Amino acid sequence: MMRRLAPGAALSAVFVIAALLSFLWTPYAVDGMAIANRLQPPSAAHLLGTDHFGRDILSMIMVGARTSIAVALVAVGIGMGLGVPLGLAAAARHGGLLDELIMRGNDLVFAFPSLVIAILITAIAGPSAVNAIIAIGIFNVPVFARLTRGAALALWSRDFILAAQVAGKGRARISLEHILPNVTNLLIVQGTIQFSLGILAEAALSYVGLGAQPPIPSWGRMLADAQTMVAMAPHVALMPGLAIVLTVLGLNLLGDGLRDALDPKLGEGRA
Amino acid sequence: MFRRTLTALALVASPALAQETDLTIAIQLEPPHLDPTSAAAGAIDSVLYSNVFEGLTRFAADGSVEPALAEDWKISEDGTTYTFTLREGVSFHDGSDFTAEDVKFTLDRARAEDSVNAQKALFEGISEVNVVDPQTVEIVLSQPDGNFLFNLAWGDAVIVAEESIENIKSNPVGTGPFTFSEWVQGDRVELARNSDYWGEAPSLEAATIKFISDPTAAFAAMMAQDIDAFAGYPAPENLPQFEADPRFQVIVGSTEGETILAMNNAEEPFNDPEVREAVAHAIDRQAIIDGAMFGQGTPIGTHFAPHNPDYVNLTDLSPYDPEIARQLLADAGYEEGFSTTLKLPPPSYARRGGEIIAAQLREVGIETEITNLEWAQWLEEVFRGKDFGLTIVSHTEPFDIGIYARPDYYFSYDNPEFQELMATLTATTDPAERSSLVADAQRMISEDYVNAYLFQLAYPTVADARLRGLWENQPTQANPLAGVSWSE
Repeated sequence: MMRRLAPGAALSAVFVIAALLSFLWTPYAVDGMAIANRLQPPSAAHLLGTDHFGRDILSMIMVGARTSIAVALVAVGIGMGLGVPLGLAAAARHGGLLDELIMRGNDLVFAFPSLVIAILITAIAGPSAVNAIIAIGIFNVPVFARLTRGAALALWSRDFILAAQVAGKGRARISLEHILPNVTNLLIVQGTIQFSLGILAEAALSYVGLGAQPPIPSWGRMLADAQTMVAMAPHVALMPGLAIVLTVLGLNLLGDGLRDALDPKLGEGRA
Repeated sequence: MFRRTLTALALVASPALAQETDLTIAIQLEPPHLDPTSAAAGAIDSVLYSNVFEGLTRFAADGSVEPALAEDWKISEDGTTYTFTLREGVSFHDGSDFTAEDVKFTLDRARAEDSVNAQKALFEGISEVNVVDPQTVEIVLSQPDGNFLFNLAWGDAVIVAEESIENIKSNPVGTGPFTFSEWVQGDRVELARNSDYWGEAPSLEAATIKFISDPTAAFAAMMAQDIDAFAGYPAPENLPQFEADPRFQVIVGSTEGETILAMNNAEEPFNDPEVREAVAHAIDRQAIIDGAMFGQGTPIGTHFAPHNPDYVNLTDLSPYDPEIARQLLADAGYEEGFSTTLKLPPPSYARRGGEIIAAQLREVGIETEITNLEWAQWLEEVFRGKDFGLTIVSHTEPFDIGIYARPDYYFSYDNPEFQELMATLTATTDPAERSSLVADAQRMISEDYVNAYLFQLAYPTVADARLRGLWENQPTQANPLAGVSWSE
């Protein structure tokens, strides 16, 4: 089971460390332009080469990692912060009006492709990193709400919950004290997966110009800027593309590994 | 007899050698509709000017004004009455004859109270249009206008017929060398040769104008030879590759596009000339031309095309010097700098140029918040709403320095002295006097640092190496195809 967890964690860690490091140090300043130096292939001075403005691509990717991670992290936070309580409430009132309201509301949000929601929000409020966060966050809500409700429903029929009910605990208290701790594993795994999807969504939004605005570096926009230059300087597109692929791969491996490690059912069977 | 059979055999046997008679040319923007007399969109002229529609006069490839539907004209002594002799035997594509009535209809429609013509100012000086006989029309101006023949050459002044005006937006009927056949929205407009054309018949039998807005798609379509030419090729970084490829020719011409960093003269801090001057000094034009346009473009110091004989090179008024810029900002009371907005429309000169300018302004303490806008949003927010601090745009109309005399124009430059100068210019017909007035006008806006003048937009055309006769320059936004032919 460590087969996935370790490389996943390592890959993810590389990007998190790069992002954190970029607060203190980058090889070059990302807002410094040196047009004469543009489109240089990877070399000792510029490990990943330079882009069309002569900026160092390694530095851009490090700061871009910051943008991606920040957007994805807050978006997952929004999804969890709203989705989990909604899911718990729906499960606690299973079959009731509240359950119906919450779940049909979720269906409504779920029915729109996530990028369409994102484009809608940025069209109304203008493109910016904050609006990208809100857009990606909103489509995370039903994911977490459904997951929480499903897992919670299975728990509500278990004996220890019955015992808690007999002991006189209210539904809200049971949800918080007994249900939530037992769905945390699932939430962590799903959170990791959603986090990687968030990074992809941020890259997609930036690619179409709806994410973080220049001069804030962003992987998606680096790709968009590079696309007409692929023929003469392939590294300009390759590097941010690889960054996206490796981060998402790392997070997915991490998510899979965590599921294997945390899921008690799988654990019993394999250990 | 024998020889003729051989020729016929050769023709049958090798169709690949047959002369190509059709052309697919791509441009970047699709027109919103097909009536050049009721919209500002230059894309309409890119498709129709001198192809489907013609005016009394027209722009030649070198920018000079030449007779089109008017064969000849006489100007009265006092310069207020123009008598045009119209070309005989000209008919519209629907078969109706072109007469003086059509000219009267067109001009009266354009200058009417409820006219939606985008360049109504062109017709403002006309006080009456009289039909003398079917081949003669007399136009009376309220005062002499040295620019009148030039004005009539604009795409907004092409002659339309009353009979076909109703459906002009979807089915344009003109007098030009090509007839309109089909518009597949989102993809292309198809034109066919007008066999009854009054002038020399075009060598092309059919022409397709495709709309490809995405630079990557433009590159792919050109490389795959899905299109024969791309006029106004959107990605200057690809040009060296086309130049190196024997299948293609690259023609880099000039345009009337003064690319400027426009400043909102009506609002703080840009209402202060010192701040505007600081911005002008903070900007390194060559870095922008190299970085955004890969070297394509000529630096300008005023709102005037460098290829115009009356151009005055004023780039020395605003050399790149961050030190002076910082000093000027301090003098204006902005020691700490300030923040403003920089709103950018889609073309790469604006998007890439914007990033470079933002970096250059940051050097002198001006922080900019960049917003990338689509054209519709840009027109709404910036051009009409005047809700901006800075923006980058290329003004592609010919001889458009007159926009500085319009205080309600988006950058809100309100200088009565300049407005008076423009009025004098309009009323002056003597060429030498006009030249000196035009030079004064260029100097005035440059010394007032109304906007930061960046560069004259280049006009790259990538075409099949065998194509001849494409317009090299863009004296007006147009792609006249009548003179285009395939060599070999």
